[in-house]
Amino acid sequence: MTTEVGSETEVKKEPEKVEQHQDHADAKPETPCSDEATSKEKDKEREQSGGAGKGISRFLPPWLKKQKSQTQVGPKESAEKEVSVEAIKEGVQEEEDKNVGGQEAQSEESKAKNETLGKEVEQEPDQEVKTDSKEVDKHSLGSADTQVQCISYLREEKVGETNEKEPEECEKKEEPVEQKKEEDHSTKLETSILSPLRLSKKIKMVVCQVTMLDGTVFPCEVEKRAKGQYLFFKVCENLNLMEKDYFGLTFKDAADQKCWLDPAKEIKRQIRSAPWHFVFSVKFYPPDPSQLTEDLTRYLLCLQLRQDIASGRLPCSFVTHTLLGSYALQAELGDHDPEEHRLDYISDFQFAPSQNKELEEKVVELHKSHRGMTPAQADANFLENAKKLSMYGVDLHHAKDSEGVDIMLGVCANGLLIYKDRLRINRFAWPKILKISYKRSNFYIKIRPGEAEQFESTVGFKLPNHRAAKKVWKVCVEHHTFFRLMTPEPPTKPKFLTLGSKFRYSGRTQAQTRQASILIDRPAPYFERTASKRISRSLDGGVCVSLVLQTLFFILFFFCFTFCILQSKLRVQGENIYVRHSNLMLEDLDKTQEDVLKHQASISELKRSFMEAKPEPRPSQWDKRLTASPVTSLRLQAQGNADEKLKSEPPIAATAAPPAAGGTQLEVEIEETVIIEEVRKAPKAAASEAMQVQEKPQEALSEEAKDEKKPTRDSTSSDSESEEEAEYHPQMSGISTEQIKEEPEKEDQEEAELSVQDSESQSEPTAKDEPAPPTAEDHPAAGMQDASEQGDEEILVTPDEAPNGHMEAPNTLGSVVEEEEEPKVNGDASHAETAHLPQVICCSEPPVVKTEMVTISDTFAAQKTEISTKEVPIVHTETKTITYEAAQLDGNTDGEPGVLMTAQTITSESLCTTTTTHITKTLKGGLSETRIEKRIVITGDSDIDHDQALAQAIKEAKEQHPDMSVTRVVVHKETELAEEED
Amino acid sequence: MAGFGNFTHAVVRGIPQSFAKEAQRTNVTDVDLQKARQEHEQYVNVLKHKLGLEVLDLAADESLPDCVFVEDAAVVCGDAALITRPGAESRRKETEAMKRALMEMNLNIIEMTDESATLDGGDVLFTGREFFVGLSKRTNQRGAEILADAFKDYTVSTVPVLEGLHLKSFCSMAGPGLIAIGSSESAQRALKIMQQMSDHRYDKLTLPDDIAANCIYMNLPSKGHVLLHCTPEEYPESAKVSDQSSHIHTLSTFRLQCTAQWTLFIWLCCQVYSAAVHQRAFCFGQTKNDSKCHLPLVVKPRSVWSNEN
Repeated sequence: MTTEVGSETEVKKEPEKVEQHQDHADAKPETPCSDEATSKEKDKEREQSGGAGKGISRFLPPWLKKQKSQTQVGPKESAEKEVSVEAIKEGVQEEEDKNVGGQEAQSEESKAKNETLGKEVEQEPDQEVKTDSKEVDKHSLGSADTQVQCISYLREEKVGETNEKEPEECEKKEEPVEQKKEEDHSTKLETSILSPLRLSKKIKMVVCQVTMLDGTVFPCEVEKRAKGQYLFFKVCENLNLMEKDYFGLTFKDAADQKCWLDPAKEIKRQIRSAPWHFVFSVKFYPPDPSQLTEDLTRYLLCLQLRQDIASGRLPCSFVTHTLLGSYALQAELGDHDPEEHRLDYISDFQFAPSQNKELEEKVVELHKSHRGMTPAQADANFLENAKKLSMYGVDLHHAKDSEGVDIMLGVCANGLLIYKDRLRINRFAWPKILKISYKRSNFYIKIRPGEAEQFESTVGFKLPNHRAAKKVWKVCVEHHTFFRLMTPEPPTKPKFLTLGSKFRYSGRTQAQTRQASILIDRPAPYFERTASKRISRSLDGGVCVSLVLQTLFFILFFFCFTFCILQSKLRVQGENIYVRHSNLMLEDLDKTQEDVLKHQASISELKRSFMEAKPEPRPSQWDKRLTASPVTSLRLQAQGNADEKLKSEPPIAATAAPPAAGGTQLEVEIEETVIIEEVRKAPKAAASEAMQVQEKPQEALSEEAKDEKKPTRDSTSSDSESEEEAEYHPQMSGISTEQIKEEPEKEDQEEAELSVQDSESQSEPTAKDEPAPPTAEDHPAAGMQDASEQGDEEILVTPDEAPNGHMEAPNTLGSVVEEEEEPKVNGDASHAETAHLPQVICCSEPPVVKTEMVTISDTFAAQKTEISTKEVPIVHTETKTITYEAAQLDGNTDGEPGVLMTAQTITSESLCTTTTTHITKTLKGGLSETRIEKRIVITGDSDIDHDQALAQAIKEAKEQHPDMSVTRVVVHKETELAEEED
Repeated sequence: MAGFGNFTHAVVRGIPQSFAKEAQRTNVTDVDLQKARQEHEQYVNVLKHKLGLEVLDLAADESLPDCVFVEDAAVVCGDAALITRPGAESRRKETEAMKRALMEMNLNIIEMTDESATLDGGDVLFTGREFFVGLSKRTNQRGAEILADAFKDYTVSTVPVLEGLHLKSFCSMAGPGLIAIGSSESAQRALKIMQQMSDHRYDKLTLPDDIAANCIYMNLPSKGHVLLHCTPEEYPESAKVSDQSSHIHTLSTFRLQCTAQWTLFIWLCCQVYSAAVHQRAFCFGQTKNDSKCHLPLVVKPRSVWSNEN
């Protein structure tokens, strides 16, 4: 664990790295010239250490930790270059243990802190995540495996830095004296390392109150400078929610307006002085909820809709109120029980904004008729009815039309709706809209010309204020991207002399999330419906056992989750989990105590049944499930989330603990990185133009128009306007989803009701004179508005790229792909391809700039573990994990924000092996990265030659993807120790 | 919300003596009262006996010359009935009898009390998924708003009616997801607007005569999909197509030269939710449909008719 070895101390010091460096200049001959580089490295390190520390400590019982630290620390320290991160961590852990007494809460806390720390330093959100995860993985491997053998090769890239750090680390470990040096900054960090208690004091942590859909409040502690994403993932994790792309967090701004928390930005900068109170809500209402994969997701959607209905936001008739109310009752209370359910049993429920006796009686009457309906079915029925409501999924904003008449703008999945009072007076479907922009408090949409017209028209609306205009604009951009595009538009690169918001929706689109969720194959997660606290029964109904299984899977997934994304780090954690499983020590998981208690009984039961029923070795259904699951979850989470705990290998045998079972899992990861020069505007516009021309002549017009504007923009660049404006061009080409023929005839109407403006006028970007700093936060102009939200760029991205087209037109796929491969913009080419052709690895892309490096350190640790549990017999297990790690991509890659473009998993099985291939494509800045992860599980008796199998697997992998490099090989071996020794 | 199921009831009202002289009309030709009553009788017979609907026949009121046009007096959808406030002053009282009749059917009555609101049922097109309200001489924005309030489940979009008396003077539902539309310019323009405003997709059935586009679609428990439309004698071009199917019950139209609107008022009772709720659908000749269901009767004609979709 050489290079990345960041001691926690270091990590914590991060913010003041520069200073530190200077202080230690003598000690470090190689002080980096570029602060950036260093900071990145440090970030990584810090994150690593943080992740490992927390993760591990969390799962390790105190005694275990101590053991570790003793054993490992010694050797590592002696080793040169290789700063034993683990050692440090362990040290930290030890300390923590002492201080905290190994309390979980504490460790968790510190973990959170550590993680957030990383974020703090980094300004680029996505980067963190990736780095974080990877680092964590590695570390955890090293450190966590007290009982595990770990061999890891790390790259030498960072050797220089390592050297620097080593001394520091040592110092820190051995003496807190360091603190004195940089009292101001580092003090708290270091202290935190030493004592968790102190840490919590010094590092600014904030407890967020997140109101969940069921009305409960979930307190979540985050570092003060954490990004929205962090909190959101925490919340989803708490819910065990996988299809999370439909959801978001809101907060009330100073004006008491509901705002969406931008995951990519710091929370603090968004909420400003507002309290740290958030509401978890549905952001994108799926037009067809039946396509959601999990009952849990549907349940949450139901809760949201019930709120919407009760608050009057979603108007519905009396009949609908009663019907929906009855389904809600059925879902929560089950069948009507005449004895238990007297008439007043429903008074706790609110079915309508104003509820009367008559309504309640009707609800009860209907409730009785739902006898036998499972909660999941009731939810499904609820949604089937609710989705037809006219205002379902419509996000309303007050506005005025050009004549000053009060209207409402409704943003929904299909487009923009205009209401006057309750009446719809116009509608602009996404395909009709060429551009969305705002300027000051005006919001504009440019309309595609109709058949008979030659020119685009622009319709303007007046919003109450600038923020409101921007908000509508953002919501439009997000909805358009989510519902209409295959992949989010890559963010534009910061440019000089541009202004406007560079905001783009960066999450997954509906298409992506559906694709991902199709692959979810975890058993229905366990969850409770609010009032009844009954166990949710899935449709295929399972009894006790299934529940138990669910619980376990749940846990596994919990970890797998991270695994996917991060891909590396948490192997160790995984092992810990494994152990836990075998011991049924679930307390350590991030579950609430109640949950744990509830599950425990069933788990032990499950375990018993396994023990009795399966004397046979691994290859049980368990294996398959377990092995399959993590991978599956991978793609789900593959988006760049940061802080999840990863789950590595679901140690199959763990639960079953069959005697004499032996299994080896091989993971071969292959990474390919393609760096394509990012040439933004010109080529892209050209490309899209070409495509558009083919499809619709009209497109050409718009493109031209854009081109024309560019010069204008430059010329006006010096005029400094504090107003913000931004444009967004929804793409239309390649999308064939229109529901109704959108015939352009509406002009008449529009003119009557809305102001049509000359397109030239507002499409002209005004530029600021200040050069745009790389980060939004720093932008001076931003100060006036919402700094954190403002980008400095004017966005003239042409969205109409084929790759983003909907899948609806598969036939055209071929051609689309061809076009894309042209000089076009980098990563874009790849998604379309992968999106449609599973398992294809894009090799066609332009030059690969890859730096491969070294690998050098191995960490080796193997220990036997004995764990005992109260209720269960002792299980002896040995786990070996060997990690071969090649150099990762060069550092900057890791740091960049990554956008998951595609992810697939293919599983194949043979007699004793199961191969799972997981391919993810990520777009990070200018890079398109394809990552193939193969997981090969070999199950069988010990006489299988695992080494050979491994070699074979690697060889095969290389052959299959000659242009890719193997970056990481993890061998995870588990053996039953009952007979003493493997 | 979910589809209306079947039509079971119809409300009609007799023709008063005063109809011949005093009724609102768009042209001045005298009405042959005798003939009108004959047609009406025929019409009621079809509803009762051929179609098996339960018909509520309200007595004519001499003080209300237009009372035969029951369509304008109420809008029924689901379990709610909106008693309208007709745009013509002389017709306001027509709603009283209608209200009583509907109350007896246990519908939730919603009254339009706002003095500034006017709404004729003839301007309300319910497609099964949403409402279109024609803003015409008889219906104003406020009336449409109240309708939207009454039927909250549905989107209510407004459509300007530039020519013709009512929105349904030139269009109506001819089947699930099928809009019959006249070919006049104003009719076509209104259709464009409706298409643009809607989240749903409709097929259109363009008829040479605007008036012929005023028909009644019903889904009957015993007969399946039924379309009532004008007679071939009156609109031979438009009727050609409709005769293709013997299932279409041709009515001697109640075409009284004076107005272009249908005078039918049918409302139906159906069970929407399995045995739970009785939902009554009142439609102006059309029921709600589930999009998948194609009605056999109209499908065929469609190809013959100038279906331009």
